[in-house]
Amino acid sequence: MIRASHRGNSQPRWLFPFVITVIFFLSVLPLGRLAVTGIASAMGGGARQMLGDPGLWQAVYNTLSTSFFGMIAAVVLGGGFALLLTLFDIRGKTALGFLFMLPTMIPPQVTALSWIGMTGPSSTLLKAIGMAPPLGSPQPLYSIGGIALLYGVQNAPLVYLSLRAGLLALPRDGVEAARLAGASSWQVLKDVILPLSLPGFTAGAAIAFVSCVGNFGIPAILGIPASIYTLPTLIYSKFANFGPGTFGDVSLLSALIGILSIVGLAVEERVLRGRDYRVIGLSGRVAVFRLGNWRWLAEAGLWLTIFVILFMPLTALIASSLAPAYGVPLNTSTATLHAYREILFRQAVTRTAFTNSIGLSLATAFGLLVVTVLTGYFLVRGKSRLTRVISALAEIPYALPGIVLAVAFILLFAAPIPVIGVSIYGTIWIILIAYFSSFFAVSLKPVVSAFRQVDPSLEEAARLAGAGFGRRLRDILVPLVAPAAGASVILVFLIACNELTISALLWSAGTQTLGVAIYNLDDSGSFNLASALSVLVVIMVVAMMLALELMAKRLPKGVVPWRS
Amino acid sequence: MAKLILNRLSKSFETGGRPAVNDVSLTVREGGFLALLGPSGCGKTTVLRMIAGFEQPTDGSILLGERVLADASEMVAPEHRNMAMVFQSYALWPHMSVAENVGYPLKVRGISGEKRQRKVRESLAAVRLESYADRRPADLSGGQRQRVALARCLVTEPDVVLLDEPLANLDRHLRQEMEETFREFHARSGATMIYVTHDQAEAMALATDVAVMSEGRLLQVATPEEIYARPEGRLVGGLVGQGVILSLPSPHDDNRLLDWAAFQAMLARSGNGPTADVLVRPQDVEVAPEGLPANVLSVLFEGERYALRLALPDGQALRAFSRQPVKVGDQLSVVINSAWRL
Repeated sequence: MIRASHRGNSQPRWLFPFVITVIFFLSVLPLGRLAVTGIASAMGGGARQMLGDPGLWQAVYNTLSTSFFGMIAAVVLGGGFALLLTLFDIRGKTALGFLFMLPTMIPPQVTALSWIGMTGPSSTLLKAIGMAPPLGSPQPLYSIGGIALLYGVQNAPLVYLSLRAGLLALPRDGVEAARLAGASSWQVLKDVILPLSLPGFTAGAAIAFVSCVGNFGIPAILGIPASIYTLPTLIYSKFANFGPGTFGDVSLLSALIGILSIVGLAVEERVLRGRDYRVIGLSGRVAVFRLGNWRWLAEAGLWLTIFVILFMPLTALIASSLAPAYGVPLNTSTATLHAYREILFRQAVTRTAFTNSIGLSLATAFGLLVVTVLTGYFLVRGKSRLTRVISALAEIPYALPGIVLAVAFILLFAAPIPVIGVSIYGTIWIILIAYFSSFFAVSLKPVVSAFRQVDPSLEEAARLAGAGFGRRLRDILVPLVAPAAGASVILVFLIACNELTISALLWSAGTQTLGVAIYNLDDSGSFNLASALSVLVVIMVVAMMLALELMAKRLPKGVVPWRS
Repeated sequence: MAKLILNRLSKSFETGGRPAVNDVSLTVREGGFLALLGPSGCGKTTVLRMIAGFEQPTDGSILLGERVLADASEMVAPEHRNMAMVFQSYALWPHMSVAENVGYPLKVRGISGEKRQRKVRESLAAVRLESYADRRPADLSGGQRQRVALARCLVTEPDVVLLDEPLANLDRHLRQEMEETFREFHARSGATMIYVTHDQAEAMALATDVAVMSEGRLLQVATPEEIYARPEGRLVGGLVGQGVILSLPSPHDDNRLLDWAAFQAMLARSGNGPTADVLVRPQDVEVAPEGLPANVLSVLFEGERYALRLALPDGQALRAFSRQPVKVGDQLSVVINSAWRL
């Protein structure tokens, strides 16, 4: 009956080695492998040859210019929405906020397809309303500007969230003090609120920039047809023309993307660290400014923006999916559900993609949950000094662009696994492991915030009641973190199901995902099938976001990413 | 059941600084009710958490009878100690009903069915909460939650029951009611109880023994009467009761309980010898002729009497009670009927 356990720790002895093993395989090993190959290739002279390639510098230039202009667009859009929705008496804030957040959850390749459907000479929607430009005129989105514009739409919500979090944390009494000091609304805005919200702007811009640098779906669909390559699409094309130097080249390219991302993330980190003043005073509800006569104008502007960036592209997408063939005019008599029948019942490829994506996403969401509940418990209850290092290592794979992670896993698993001699390269397992690594942080975050809210004495009481670790986990801890665990499963499922960047590099025949299927259908000219598949994906995204929205009240703050 | 022995117990945390608990030795007799009394940060909660098994001692050992519960190298996990605890936050599981909360220790021990239901009913009856069995903790008041936590302790007949400032979150009226419940609980269960508090009145009213701690050290262990009448040292003297400590020239004798004559003798000694700390409680200070002259510094009307702060001619402060109203600045004459040399 007397079982001696070491130290006053509530954790079983196996937990620490377990967490270390998980972090090693999901973060340290792949990234370490990438770094080793990159360094070896750089030492071996591969770097000089590649650095002499004008195509590389063109890709760097394209990446930086699209990302920079994309960031500007995101800051204008996201900043405008955040300021108007947070500080002013706009009606319908919840609906506007939710709709504005949608583009970031819609997969980038779907965004690109829907915008193509909205513009250019072959747009089904423009043809149906008789506004299509003449045939032979160029598709305006196949350009640096087009890519940047879509980056902006896709990443504006990141700026919105960052700025909004900063604005909501502003001390209300500071605003009230300025008012009592005699400042007008405009002066308060100019002298108090905007200076204090500058870090939120900067941090949001930095995240948006990093996200643009790593984006694959948009430049793949808009850039490749016009031979505009960014670093991620250059990696993709290197793999398409596989040669002896490919591994060295792509690891150097990944390192370049990694460096650009780290610079961006460092800016964000630095800016947010300086935000100490936000704990002073009562924060919470921000003082709302009255717009008066300008209100209807602001509301009209906001809804018009939502209409242009969300409803029009999605309408175009639906229109394209209903067209009988590419370029055939759409009207009530020609509209057909043929494309949907084709992808759901006839095409083996799309059905495989559905099975793969849903299977992979379910396995990732639930498999990761088991791992993250244990890791989250360790991180929150652990007294080890390593906890900070471990949380940082868990964050890195998600913070890095998916393409970098995919390259790391290719390098890691290109050869058969030592000792057991099995090769998982080209199988679905390599995608699954890469998903585990990439979405670990997504799954971990809600669980950790939930554990932080659990009073340690609840567990101590269970210990004194005689419950061992497994028993406490089952009876006390898991029920208490269940809502957050549910949110974690939905979030991971949502993101994994829409993912393209990782699987674009890791798929092979039979293991394509939904993202890959959409891209391949578009690439092979089946625009209506690609559109139909995209419509189904958008419906799924909206349904799951609504599910999370309904759960939001029962969740700890910060779990649902678009609510703050 | 058996005696609980703390043997030269110490605990230092990795953060450094002075040890949280420093060389504490203490024996709690079987069925005793010990109050651990001290200001916040004195280490009393750390002692309690070491007894429960949430912290491991860095030196010394804890024994329950012959059985070593913990020392610096090994320890029995809390789940194997057969102890129970009432937490300051009550620590009721919000996702379980009152009956499920109370029955959980039995469920873990594999007791099920009719026997479990009967024991849960008995425990809830003991704290007069039978009709609340199906409620959720969130639907109960603070006092009711406290009683559920107590019923959860009662249900397994633990060897030791630990209470961590259980009344800190309750209002004054409820405190008195809960003190009564704790006394009843102790009489009924016969368990050894250890009660952590910073409130000396609470400790005096409840416990059979009081242990006073300060800065990680144990200063004195005795019955409440003994602690009150014969405190050891300035810290205990200052903590227990409302007395003030005077610094007086010290005679070299062993008599510690001083009457008025002895007190006057001390005052009469020349000023440059060694001094002693003398505790004077306000109820022993009488406003009477031919005493010490004292100047009234402040007067507080407490209803049944006036509480005075006085200054002696050499500037030392004294507390006293008076039935008659006095004014600030009045000159009084006081006689000290009894004082205790610390």
